[in-house]
Amino acid sequence: MCVEAKRLLRLALGPVLMLLSAVALAAGGEVNQVNMSPGVTEVGREIYNLHMLILWICVIIGVGVFGVMFYSIYAHRKSRGHEPATFHESTKVEIAWTVIPFFILIAMAFPATSTLLDIYDNDDADMDVVVTGYQWKWKYEYLNEAGENVSFFSNLRTSQSEIYNSEQKGEHYLLEVDEPLVLPADTKVRFLVTANDVIHSWWVPELAVKKDAIPGFINEAWTRTAQEGVYRGQCAELCGKDHGFMPIVVNVVSKEEYGEWLATKQAEAAQIKELMAQTFTMDELMERGKAVYDRNCLACHGAGGEGGVGTAIAGSAIATGELSGHLDIGVNGVPGTAMQAFGGQLNDVDMAAVITFQRNAFGNNMGDMIQPIDVFNFKKG
Amino acid sequence: MGDHHHGPAKGIGRWLFTTNHKDIGTMYLWFSFAMFILGGAFAMIIRAELFQPGMQLVEPAFFNQMTTLHGLVMVFGAIMPSFVGLANWMIPMMIGAPDMALPRMNNWSFWILPPTFLMLASTLFMEGGAPAFGWTFYAPLSTTYAPPSVTLFIFSVHVLGLSSIMGSINIIATVMNMRAPGMTYMKMPLFVWTWLITAFLLVAVMPVLAGAVTMMLMDIHFGTSFFSAAGGGDPVLFQHIFWFFGHPEVYIIILPAFGVVSQIIPAFSRKPLFGYDSMVYATASIAFLSFIVWAHHMYTVGMPVAGELFFMYATMLIAVPTGVKVFNWISTMWRGALTFETPMLFCIGFLILFTIGGFTGLMLSIAPADFQYHDSYFVVAHFHYVMVAGAVFSMTAAVYYWLPKWCGRMYNETMGKTHFWISFIGFNLTFFPQHFVGLAGMPRRIPDYALQFADFNMMSSIGAFIYGASQILFLYNVIATIVSGKPTSEEKVWDGAEGLEWTVPTPAPYHTFETPPRIDPAHAHS
Repeated sequence: MCVEAKRLLRLALGPVLMLLSAVALAAGGEVNQVNMSPGVTEVGREIYNLHMLILWICVIIGVGVFGVMFYSIYAHRKSRGHEPATFHESTKVEIAWTVIPFFILIAMAFPATSTLLDIYDNDDADMDVVVTGYQWKWKYEYLNEAGENVSFFSNLRTSQSEIYNSEQKGEHYLLEVDEPLVLPADTKVRFLVTANDVIHSWWVPELAVKKDAIPGFINEAWTRTAQEGVYRGQCAELCGKDHGFMPIVVNVVSKEEYGEWLATKQAEAAQIKELMAQTFTMDELMERGKAVYDRNCLACHGAGGEGGVGTAIAGSAIATGELSGHLDIGVNGVPGTAMQAFGGQLNDVDMAAVITFQRNAFGNNMGDMIQPIDVFNFKKG
Repeated sequence: MGDHHHGPAKGIGRWLFTTNHKDIGTMYLWFSFAMFILGGAFAMIIRAELFQPGMQLVEPAFFNQMTTLHGLVMVFGAIMPSFVGLANWMIPMMIGAPDMALPRMNNWSFWILPPTFLMLASTLFMEGGAPAFGWTFYAPLSTTYAPPSVTLFIFSVHVLGLSSIMGSINIIATVMNMRAPGMTYMKMPLFVWTWLITAFLLVAVMPVLAGAVTMMLMDIHFGTSFFSAAGGGDPVLFQHIFWFFGHPEVYIIILPAFGVVSQIIPAFSRKPLFGYDSMVYATASIAFLSFIVWAHHMYTVGMPVAGELFFMYATMLIAVPTGVKVFNWISTMWRGALTFETPMLFCIGFLILFTIGGFTGLMLSIAPADFQYHDSYFVVAHFHYVMVAGAVFSMTAAVYYWLPKWCGRMYNETMGKTHFWISFIGFNLTFFPQHFVGLAGMPRRIPDYALQFADFNMMSSIGAFIYGASQILFLYNVIATIVSGKPTSEEKVWDGAEGLEWTVPTPAPYHTFETPPRIDPAHAHS
């Protein structure tokens, strides 16, 4: 008893609850949330206040207009014997209901303009993060931090079995990623938003940031919050098949914690550099390759390499053909198709691992493998 | 031609070769209803998939094809042709003309539609599937990343544009040249006025749409880079061009609806339309403003702040003439003698729900707030309040209102009212909760969603099935009326109705006003 019964009850009570909670401040991500969340930023609160102001103005006008109409429906019905009047124009009232709304609009325009200017105030940022939209994941790159440059991809973590209902859905179903964007609290962060393929849109309601990610263009947005926490969002612009499956998770932590996190990431990046010079065993490459495959290839090529949007990898001419041809497609993609150039997305270790994996999994028992240094040399040409 | 009346030709030839405005109007109306059912079927698939979280019925790629085709079929196949059909039937009868000014072109502009939609629907069976980039088909998703069927889609859009332009030229020519003596512009029924203005909008913007899809075609097949940054082009350019068409397009859809409501409310209020002149001026103002607000669909693309402010202020202004219209309709009802037959019920439904859609439109016009609303379900709720409760409700009202004049039989009033109430409840159950999920952060055009949106989505889906089912009742009622409705031969089917169409016999004969009627110069507009 259940969840179903409870849900039906909630469904029935829904309209009542809505009215009750419509006026209360709703925090984000709540079940059956009915209103915009004021979020955790100053701009977010400004937007929320503006939203509520306009909403209430509309409600008041609506009550007035519909009140008159319903009174008329009640009082001026023929069945009550009401005789029709014959008046049909009045310049005075026409002028009144042209001019008065005009002034109401002017009153709305002031707070709207000031909030908009705040949204556009991208100056004096303490740090910059490049956000790049890919089909169907986000890449984050921290600019100008001292030390090793940090950048990583952020993929949906929800499993296919949850999506296809063979497993219980988790609490943050579709709103969880393998690696969240980590930001320090109390810091003005400027986002430089762009895209690699089609147009995406980076939206985190709690941070009141939504900016289109457009290939070939760099848009600016910014946020600053004192409140530590996890904030979740999604891609807002239709970007193809898995538009619904590229969430955003932002983890806002204290400055100290951010410093530690950054140091770890930098150490990892340095480690990758070292790894690139190493030689791996087949087992190491296969293990790493499977993880890379699941994150990057599975959506199009299927869990068993059977294909889908992309071609099948199991038994494919590419995966069972020349190694260099296989690597070429991995690094450079197939222009004009959904097969992206992964050369810039995967480091050489991951690339070597996934190519090796594809050649030796799904029944493709090629037995050959490729090392990071080979990928590096291939990219160099 | 002799002075005898001759009726329609026999057999299929009557419909294929007809130049009669009533025949063509009828074909447009049936065609648009068929498209309404098809587009509705797509919507049912969408709502069935969204009934619960998780993927159940269709794959994400197919889901995107459904949202795309639903939008295209409803906008270009259902709503627009239905109002063209209504214009064909009613404009000559309202201005005392014997037919449309360009009857052969009229035939052509209808008959190119069915093959076009057949072609568009056939893309579902193509390799790579139907267009899956949304009805707004933003580049480069619709160019570099599009399925091969995009070429057929482009061809369809060209032909639809051709049909619309021909239809509009016909309406402009008819209204300008064929009004009965004494029918001055400021005596024309408001439906004629709104359509005249709509026709100008269509002639102005359909070529822009044709330009946009032609540039797509060039990008896809001929190596140009209009919309590809890699080749020096600009993906945002596509959006500017699209919305320069797209914003007037939404008024193309809603202005004739305003016209219908302005005919029906006075009839059942038994009182002339309040503020006729201001209604005409308000319609013209809306049409003008529609050309300078397009970028309010693009507040998040990264326009300069000055551009944002301009488009925000201009968009907010639209509330003024739209408000004038709503106030005038309510003043028309005020102190009338109201009755609530089905057409009036749909008009009152229109009035309430369209106004709610107008309010959310005003909210969306506020650029900073739109940063939260944009591309969320709040937008989906907004435009369905305007498109469905606005355009479709008024079209339904029009069918009930004029059907007795068209076929000389009365529809079943109880069934009509039942249709209204089921529609009204189903519609609100579908779209009102979408405001909530949108504000709570659910993006549009997603095939699956986070768990906190589950209850409202289920509500929405149940509402959609109810609304969808109520259209079957509508179809049944209309067919039953035509086949076996209670015959009526009263010229004025509704006692409060005014206008030339109510002076011809019922059912309206195949040819009306072969000699122009005389309009009493003292008589006010109708």
